[in-house]
This record gives sequence, structure tokens and C-alpha cells, in this order.
Amino acid sequence: MAKKIENVGCPFCGVCCDDLVVTVSDDGKKILEVENACIIGSTVFHRAMEDRHALPRLRQPDGTYKEISYDEAIDYTAKVLQKAKKPLIYGFGSTNCEGMAAAAKVAEKAGAVIDNCASICHGSSFLAIFDNGYPSCTLGETKNRADVIVYWGANPAHAHPRHMSRYSIFPRGFFTGKGHKGRKIIVIDPRHTDTAQVADIHLQVKQGHDYDLFDAFRTVLRGHDIPDEVAGVKKEKIVEAVEILKKARFGTIFYGMGLCHSDGRNHNVDIAISLTRDLNDFTKWTIMAMRGHYNITGPGAVWSWQYGFPYCLDLTKRDIAHMNPGETSSVDLAMRDEVDAFINIGTDAAAHFPIEPVKHLRKHPWITIDPHPTMATEISDLHIPVGIVGVEVPGIVYRMDNVPIQYRKVIDAPDGVLNDEELFERIYQRLCELEAEDAAKTPAKTTPEGVRAGE
Amino acid sequence: MAKKITLNMITQRSVEEGVGIVKGKMTPDYFEACSIIEMHDDDVKALGLVPNQLVRVTSECGDVIVKAVKGRQALYPGLAFIPQGVYANQIVPARTQATGEPQYSGFPVTVEPAPVGERRKSTLELVQRAVGMWKGDQ
Repeated sequence: MAKKIENVGCPFCGVCCDDLVVTVSDDGKKILEVENACIIGSTVFHRAMEDRHALPRLRQPDGTYKEISYDEAIDYTAKVLQKAKKPLIYGFGSTNCEGMAAAAKVAEKAGAVIDNCASICHGSSFLAIFDNGYPSCTLGETKNRADVIVYWGANPAHAHPRHMSRYSIFPRGFFTGKGHKGRKIIVIDPRHTDTAQVADIHLQVKQGHDYDLFDAFRTVLRGHDIPDEVAGVKKEKIVEAVEILKKARFGTIFYGMGLCHSDGRNHNVDIAISLTRDLNDFTKWTIMAMRGHYNITGPGAVWSWQYGFPYCLDLTKRDIAHMNPGETSSVDLAMRDEVDAFINIGTDAAAHFPIEPVKHLRKHPWITIDPHPTMATEISDLHIPVGIVGVEVPGIVYRMDNVPIQYRKVIDAPDGVLNDEELFERIYQRLCELEAEDAAKTPAKTTPEGVRAGE
Repeated sequence: MAKKITLNMITQRSVEEGVGIVKGKMTPDYFEACSIIEMHDDDVKALGLVPNQLVRVTSECGDVIVKAVKGRQALYPGLAFIPQGVYANQIVPARTQATGEPQYSGFPVTVEPAPVGERRKSTLELVQRAVGMWKGDQ
């Protein structure tokens, strides 16, 4: 008799659907059916068992991979980290918070730069939030209260397939019993996206001119006149949209990569936050970043607690953390050839970085930690397979609204495969051993004259 | 002289690309989802393209061969879209405006019909060739 597991969390996007029902075989090794998930989520579970490796693989001089033991892989990784002057550990979009904390410990010991996918995603949101605050809410509040929803530079129909049905447009909440009939939807995007198809108003903003349009919204909101057309959008449409925003009982602006990847970056988010603040003079408005991966909010929470900074953490001075995007961000470090070893974990930098930084990073040792073969494993020196969080490994993940959720495992990982936390703990232990070996080789320093020990 | 036009490129997610990622970047699903470009009909006409014709897209930092398809999500004239991923990233400039984020959206590209004999390369070939590890189809 197959076993049904209910309330399973989905390890794909930032919506973190936790209502999946997964049917597994008797022996707990196979996933038979996935209910409630979107097409991407269900594919995650069904592909979990395919294309897996039980042992780490080391690149040989002839370019092929050879299987090695976990002990050898951990020793290799620790030695690469120890030898490098400034290693970079990057990724963490798709792992649990336990793994992130363990990796940060390794980074501190090795004097590394540790960075997460926010660096190429919502990193500029962090910069804007530092400058301007974050009048946000939880997705539950949006579901239960919001009667006006704005998607700005975000396309949840493609990137977060169940976002609209679980939280924003369609669900019937406590004060929103009419569901989508009681809600107004405004989509602002240069394309008439599939999300725009379900909107009451679609403003086709000229790409890269979001700041202008935000400014026009704020100007109208404050009762001033604007030109006949701003950023490709007619004045009447802007005035109409602002009226809807003003008359809302509760509204949420969801914004995505349209703001963070275009010219202006953090300034686009900055003015979005300012608009939200202005709207709060009239009614209740909130704003939320459409975070991409299911636990990309996690490293921001974990590392902020550990070191005070959410991403682009320079730990090369060990316990003195330093963060300065542009200087300590992965892509910039790679382009300036400042890092001399690269660990890619829980992401695929080879596919999702522009190709130029990939070329720079590949000049040095490259280690990939990932359950499946990816573009990164195909060019790395070492591939260490790990269990899949949310499928084979339980753990804490943070949803896009900063709500922590306990993910569970539904099947067993292949025999002998470690999870991210165990792997980083063992790399840490090996680094400590190597450090002790080095200390034993060099003669102990004599106390300089005039300095009294113990004082 | 082949026709050539300059467009503003954006590279963002598509649900087909999401499924492709999860199935694996070396699968046909990913290849078909990501090695495409969407443009406005006016721009397609200006280039004189037939449906599904291959085009060469060139930016300040590289070029890539992709297939011109008619997308479901309409763009305005002058704007072009390639789904994020291996193909888009062959041409995405790495400049970050000091934020760490590359210019994934809003960079100029030229689009022209691909020369006869050119083909869309596999993801493996693109990435391995870029770092000097490509050994040809094994």
C-alpha cells in the first residue's frame, strides 16, 4: 500500500507552497504521485530520483570524471579552501538554513567571501531596504485583507505559478470573501505577460523607465500635474491607476526582476518603497519582493543573524565581516579576477551568470555541490552530490515574506549521500585538522620581550 | 547585405524554462525552452524572417544563435526577449552598476538572420567551449 504524505513543502520557487500531497512507494524510495503542485513543482519531485550520483566525482587530466569517496572529496575541498587566498562560496538558493549556517562557519574558518543568489537577483532590493525601510506584510495578510494588488516588473504566471491562486488574486480570505471578484489587479510590465492577461489594468511601461513612472505616480498622488505621457504610459491611465491605489482598503505591491535587473537597480526599488510610504497617507499599503528560489530569503535571515549582513559577505578577515556590493559581490569579484577558488552550491552559476564571469572563475579550482548534474558540474573540477532539500532532506526554509517553514523529507536519499549541513560540518572539521597540522609543523612563537603572557 | 536591426533585450523567466531547469539543462526540454527569441511582428517583418528561422543575436560581449518564435506574451516594437539561462547569458553584459547584479534586462543587441549553415549549439557546447573544455560531440 502506497503512503500519502500531506502538507509537503515545494522546493522550487519563493511561494513555498506547503499544501502538496506526495504519494510514495512502500519502501520509501520512489515518488509515485504529486498533487496540488504546479508543473514545475511536480517535475522537481518526479525528477528527484533520476540522474543521480552516489559518490563525488573528480576531474581527471583527460577531462573525464572519476568517482572518489566522500572523505577524499572533503579533503580536496578543505585543501583548496586552505590554499586559496580569497575563495568564493556562492549559491544557497536551493538549500536549507542549516546548510547555510554550516557553510558560513566554513567561510569564516577559510577566510572566504560567501554570497548567495540574491547577489544577481534581489540584492538591489536589500540596498534599497537598507536606505528606505520595508513596509511589508506576510502573504497571509495579503490573502485575507488585500483588495488591490499591483505586480510591478513581475510575472508570477511564469516565475511563481501558484502565487496568484494562493495569496494574491484568486483566494477567498477572511475579509476578501468574494475572491478575485472583489479585487482590482494592476500589472505594470513592458510585455503583455500572461499575468497582465488577468489584470484589470495593464500599464505597458517603456523598458528601463520604471523610475519615471513611479515618480509620476507619486506626483499625481500628491495632487500635482504630470506630462501627457510618462514612460510610454498615457496620463489618463496613470491617474486612473492612482485613484484605484488611493481607494484601496489594503493593497500590496509585488515587484520583481523588472526593477532589479534594469537600469537603476536599487533606485527603482527605493522609489517603489517611497510610493508605498506615500500611499500610507491615504490607506494601508504594503510592498513585497517576489523572491525567486524557495529559500533564497533564508541566507539573508541566517547570515544577518550570524554576521549582520545578508549577502556579499567578505569574511577574509575571519571574524570581521564586511559587505559592499560592487566590491564583494560575486560577479564583480569574478570580473576583477579577485577570487582564486570557487565553490558553487545549491545553484548553477555556469548557467545563470553571464558567460564572462564564468570564464574568469574557471581559471581557478571550481567545486560544485549539487544533487544533479548541471552546467556547473560539467565544467567543475569536483562534483559532490548531496540530498535534495524538501525531497530527501528536511529543514527550515524562509518563504518570500520572511516566514520560516519547516520542510520535510518524503523519500530517502541514495545510500551514503550526505546532506549540505553534514558536508559543510565535515569540511569544517577537516579545515581544523589541517590548521592543527600546520601549527604543529611550524615552531611555536616565543613571547616577545616586554610582553607578559596572560595579561 | 543581410538585414540587421538593433533592439532592446530583456532576459527573464518563462515557465517552460523553469520546467527545463528542473528536468535538466542538457535535456531537449531546456534546449527548446531557452534557445529562442521573441520579437514584435514589426521587427520580424523588418528582418524578413519566416516563422522559426534562426537568427544571430549580438551584444557588446558576445553572440548567440537562437530561433525566432512567435511568443504568447506580446512585446512592443523595439523590445526583444530571450528566456533567462544559458543562451541569454552568452550575451548578457556583466556590468553591475556597483550592485552585483549584471545587466540582465535592457541592453542593446543587433539581430540578423543567421548565416546559412549555422545551428543552435547545445548548452554543453556553449558553456564548455567558453571555458576551453569542449571536446566535440562524443
